[in-house]
Amino acid sequence: MGAGAVGRSVVELAAEYGHAVTAFADSAGAVVDADSIDVAAALDHKERVGTVGEADPADALGTDYDCLVEATPTTLGDAHPGFEHVEAALERDRHVVLANKGPVAERYDDVMALADASAGAVRFEATVGGAIPAIATIEGMDPSHVTAARGVLNGTANFVLTRMAAEGLGYEHVLAEAQDLGVAEADPSFDVDGTDAALKCAILANVLHGGGYSLDDVDVQGIRDIPTSALEIAAEDGRTVRLIGEVRADGGVRVGPRLVTENDTLAVTGTQNIIQLETTNAGQLNISGRGAGGPETASAVLADVGRLPAP
Amino acid sequence: MSETDPDGVTDGEDDERQAHTVRLELVDEPGELLSALHPIAENGGNLLSVFHERGSLTPRGHIPVEVDLECTPRQFESIVGALRESGVNVIQAGAEAYGEQVSVLLTGALVGTDLSDTLSRIESCASASVVDFSLMDERGADDVSSARLRLATTEGSVDATLDCVRDVAAGKDLQVVEPLVGADA
Repeated sequence: MGAGAVGRSVVELAAEYGHAVTAFADSAGAVVDADSIDVAAALDHKERVGTVGEADPADALGTDYDCLVEATPTTLGDAHPGFEHVEAALERDRHVVLANKGPVAERYDDVMALADASAGAVRFEATVGGAIPAIATIEGMDPSHVTAARGVLNGTANFVLTRMAAEGLGYEHVLAEAQDLGVAEADPSFDVDGTDAALKCAILANVLHGGGYSLDDVDVQGIRDIPTSALEIAAEDGRTVRLIGEVRADGGVRVGPRLVTENDTLAVTGTQNIIQLETTNAGQLNISGRGAGGPETASAVLADVGRLPAP
Repeated sequence: MSETDPDGVTDGEDDERQAHTVRLELVDEPGELLSALHPIAENGGNLLSVFHERGSLTPRGHIPVEVDLECTPRQFESIVGALRESGVNVIQAGAEAYGEQVSVLLTGALVGTDLSDTLSRIESCASASVVDFSLMDERGADDVSSARLRLATTEGSVDATLDCVRDVAAGKDLQVVEPLVGADA
């Protein structure tokens, strides 16, 4: 479900990972074929007509499949309609892989309750840090051995701060540049106000602390008000500013601009993301990489599909 | 003063009186020493000795005074807090010298909101001292500047210091860029 950059990449790459796509839907149309849809034709239809096919999106949910990939846009609050898609799949004892942050950031406990009652499993690697295997790493260590997590979880905000510091340019100027480059959306508030990073932190907190978190539990501060002089005066002392999300050992979760040394592991540049885990026996782990992008995020989705229990 | 910790657990060590050493810095004026000793008695401390080094001066040109006293750990906290509140510069309290330094950025109408008042309020509330300070005006914005502060504080009180910086900044509508605490890189 979902034919944005991530959804499109998932259907394009699915065959490479040994999977057949039996249905593909966006908000207005769908294409369904129990054997395997014609991916190229669906993407072409999307290009020309605006939808992936003439079928009803509900038909996609009703067809035969092993795993639903939910990649519709992230919505806040009730996480509609992503949550309902998850619900529909789990009630049919199908697996779900999420690229949509909404259901696990806003309604994690509800999703897990549905999963508990279902023979299907839920995975959501792609929701945090794009291509970075953050959730799988925490799972591999076991969440009880990971005491805290922090990192740069939004490439757009990181790009803006990096460029402001490097070029001495103002926020508005760099933001316009980012929009020209396609790094920032026309409405950048989700990224620069810290909402996107906060959703990822809520998800990480749910994984580390066993649920109970949503966006409301995250203390969020964005980067709109950071003047260029703040970055310059930080640089005089070998420091810089990064939008950092933190899930602390005491259960506190927050996102905000933080002063770090320029050579700090967390001071990644451009659109890079990084996740730093504090572990009980293994010290600190750092994983950096591309936090967004169609193929990058799709690789995380398809890795999750590969991690699902065999039917 | 509460008898229990915030989590409701009684602190068993709270009643034990221990000897403490406090090093103060006093301005060389009549009555300074007496007013510095007041908060000790007022908060239940038992004064053991006072060593007033009149001959030597601290780097700031003040007179160092070493005070030995006896009190419970909780009284000790109140005494050090009260000393600072009354304007006495506490250089060292017990075994804790100023062991930690922390840098923060402040941005906004720093000059228009009385910068020196901001700094002194941070120092008195946070029981920290500003050891380094730098200010830069934002180009093209008359009323906006950014400042970098390095604060020296006692071991383990970085969080409390940052709380104070946040409070003072919020009262003046200034933005704080906090350091990342807890991530040793």
